[in-house]
Amino acid sequence: MNQTEAFHERIDEALHNDQMRRNFRSALSGIQAKREQQFPDDAQLQALREQARAVRANALVKQPELLEQLEAKLTENGIRVHWAENPEQANQIIADILDAATAKTVVKGKSMVSEETGLNTYLEQRGIEVVESDLGEFIIQLAEEPPSHIVAPAIHKNRQEVAQLFHRFYPDLPYTEDINQLTETARQILRDKFAHADAGISGVNFAVAETGTLCLVENEGNGRLSTTAPRVHIAITGIEKVVEKLSDVPPLLEILTKSATGQPITTYFNMISRPRQAGELDGPQAVHLVLLDNGRTRIKVDEQLLDTLRCIRCGTCINYCPVYVQLGGHAYGTVYPGPIGIALEPQRLGIDQVGSLTSACTLCGACGQVCPVEIPLPKLINRLRAEAVNAGREASPLIGRGALRNKTEATSWKLWRLVYANAFVYRLFALAATRLRWLTPKKLGGWTRYRSAPKPAKRTLNELARQKGFRSE
Amino acid sequence: MSKTRDAILRRLRDNRPTDQPLPSPYRKPLGWDSEQRIASFTERMRAVRGDVYRTTPADWARTAAKLCEERGLKQALVGHGPIADQFVADASDSVDIRRYAQPVEEWKPTLFRAVDVAVTGCRAGLAESGSLVLWPDRNEPRLMSLVPPVHIAVLDATRLYENFAEMLAVEQWAAGGMPTNALLISGPSKTADIEQTLAYGIHGPKSLITLIVE
Amino acid sequence: MSSNNENPPEAAPQRIYFFATCLIDLLYPNAGLAGMQLLRRAGVDVVLPEAQTCCGQPAFNSGYRQEALSVARAQLRCFPNDYPVVVPSGSCAGMIKHHWPELFAGERDEQQALRIARNTYELTEYLVDIVGIELTDLGRPTKVAIHTSCSARREMGVADRIERLVGQLSAVDVVEQERKAECCGFGGTFAVKQADVSGAMVKDKTAALKATGADIVVSQDVGCLMNIGGALDHQGDDTKAQHIAEFLWDRTS
Repeated sequence: MNQTEAFHERIDEALHNDQMRRNFRSALSGIQAKREQQFPDDAQLQALREQARAVRANALVKQPELLEQLEAKLTENGIRVHWAENPEQANQIIADILDAATAKTVVKGKSMVSEETGLNTYLEQRGIEVVESDLGEFIIQLAEEPPSHIVAPAIHKNRQEVAQLFHRFYPDLPYTEDINQLTETARQILRDKFAHADAGISGVNFAVAETGTLCLVENEGNGRLSTTAPRVHIAITGIEKVVEKLSDVPPLLEILTKSATGQPITTYFNMISRPRQAGELDGPQAVHLVLLDNGRTRIKVDEQLLDTLRCIRCGTCINYCPVYVQLGGHAYGTVYPGPIGIALEPQRLGIDQVGSLTSACTLCGACGQVCPVEIPLPKLINRLRAEAVNAGREASPLIGRGALRNKTEATSWKLWRLVYANAFVYRLFALAATRLRWLTPKKLGGWTRYRSAPKPAKRTLNELARQKGFRSE
Repeated sequence: MSKTRDAILRRLRDNRPTDQPLPSPYRKPLGWDSEQRIASFTERMRAVRGDVYRTTPADWARTAAKLCEERGLKQALVGHGPIADQFVADASDSVDIRRYAQPVEEWKPTLFRAVDVAVTGCRAGLAESGSLVLWPDRNEPRLMSLVPPVHIAVLDATRLYENFAEMLAVEQWAAGGMPTNALLISGPSKTADIEQTLAYGIHGPKSLITLIVE
Repeated sequence: MSSNNENPPEAAPQRIYFFATCLIDLLYPNAGLAGMQLLRRAGVDVVLPEAQTCCGQPAFNSGYRQEALSVARAQLRCFPNDYPVVVPSGSCAGMIKHHWPELFAGERDEQQALRIARNTYELTEYLVDIVGIELTDLGRPTKVAIHTSCSARREMGVADRIERLVGQLSAVDVVEQERKAECCGFGGTFAVKQADVSGAMVKDKTAALKATGADIVVSQDVGCLMNIGGALDHQGDDTKAQHIAEFLWDRTS
């Protein structure tokens, strides 16, 4: 089965899962309403977006120097920095750190980069117990599913499904569908894990070069616990997360939390600059940062594609995508779903692997309109579509260009050009279509499964307009 | 791994984007006076189910003791320093008080199971977002504001800034050097991971009480 | 014909090019004619260049940029003079205004394309901003839902123009559907390539529209109307889908 067929199979499955689609519709409507409450003033929102875009763009311009500064500062602060070219290297680095620390159990805060590397599976195969501690991540870890949303990983499940899942794994606990009680259950289960874990693994939202500070944004406190209670903390992040100055952080934090979840600020904003110092009574004795490239430097050579690297992983584009709300996150089959996934994953993994994702977009522009750092997502998706069907001569860092070109489609566009690039041919075609309109087919593939077929008019506008005395000049 | 490092950095240097964006000002100061700051802090904190009480230097510890009694909190945790000392002096009749005095490894099970409430000071507060600013240290370690189910934070009203940006600018955090850990705390621990419905007390404190000292 | 707008604002240019779009020419000519008549009644001299065909958008959005460029290029000679180009479609206007610059970048006729792009208006935008059209409603009371096409809303930023035009009609009651700004699922070739997703989207859109009890759905784009109207018809619903120009012309003439 090729990637397009596989994608259509997943789409078909998603479209038939009515419960899941209701879950998505209700959750996303709620998130959209909350976000809009945070931005009552369009002009202020626009000023904040421009600020956030500038901070991210500036960091990308100065990225090599900032990464060096970050490394130097962190090292000076006692945090060890590791560099990884690809997922295998990153996983290996983390496994080696855990081995050296004889760490057998790990609690994890939420990290999409660790999803990129498939870290959990890698560590579990080495006999290390890995517990996801963010409630949503905990739920899907029990269900053995990947996240369906980058901010709200269990958004596809309703309370009944969560209740049944908890009941299956913890039959001794009383069955409940009450969200507060389910939350309390998770608290009790995970408290013990935090108290006993040897190591904690987290992601990073912003890494500040100026001070050597790792910033984590969260509501639950699991991120703080994972980075404070165990004796070792390992943070993993993409190399694009570096920002220049501490004063760059407030606008990014504000637009991130308001956009992602409609909160003015999250419960916790956690800034880590050192491991436990002499005389301090808690905190990890060792802190590591793994900086992962995984295709990011390749993307960056292209003046248009590099905009993708401004992303702060807020998920707002996903929350507003009219296709995502129909399909949910799993149908995409990639780590990042929705518009950012359609733009990023073919760049990261290759058009020949996941280029057909680009078909799951109406180019409605909702994502580009809400993106807090003004990533031109529709433009990027359009560009990827072009490179998917045309290998082209111009330089491009994309892998698998032209992989989705097929003869039938290419031929129909050639025919289309034949008709529409020549007014005389078009007039002949229009004459035939209008005069022979009774020949118009009543069935038009997928179109008429849901709609009536359109039919040419009796006379074209060109003819009608001349009758009404409009001239052509 | 320094080969990987050098390769990544070289690729980044070879392909530097030309875009040189202009920095734009973040936000103008709000010009709030003390009362406006307290009002905004209180409103924001209460909106996320944080409790806020206004009190005085002489009274705050007795207020805290009373709150512990009312809520049936028996085992309190304090650190070292003036806040801890005043609480010990004024609240010992109401609650059992334990000092955070040894490395966490030596008493982790007790910390996780037997402590009902921790009392800490704050470095500052942020009015616009309703946030407490903590710099945990050897006197008031990091887990105090995180593990016990109730956290009582004592905030000096004169330390209320308008927002994060103002605080960073006035206090010059970057120039002074960052502590091991710095935190903004805006309410009790919460989650919305099930049906986007808010539920409080998932991992951190279920209850956060701010005593504003004026 | 009514005496609507006998004295258009002085600033309105005397002459414009009307770019009717391929869908309107062949499938919905009455929408185009209505747009032209609205303009003519307001005192604008409307020129409909005969050689026009399509802005190139279908191929551009499908990744076939060379084909899109050939077709777009064939339009350039339709607009030799510096008149405004008025387009009764948010997405075709958006294609010319915002994507032609990218499509023609580095081409020999780039300057010509840029000149036309700068001079392009969506019809409701032109009627409101430049013509300042005033409408007298002669129609019977009716309930109308407005579907703003995504391109009109986001690319062209003219969502409120259609609302202001409908707002001038005294016997028209405007009703608002749930999730008004959400895409109807047309998306050009998307409706073919992802037929089932598109079908699910238009099902949601028509359900929201039907729930308003509207008699008519109006829009600036016949692409959306072909999708929404076709789905309503397929569902056996008698809610009408009509282009805004045709709706305005019918009620004021």
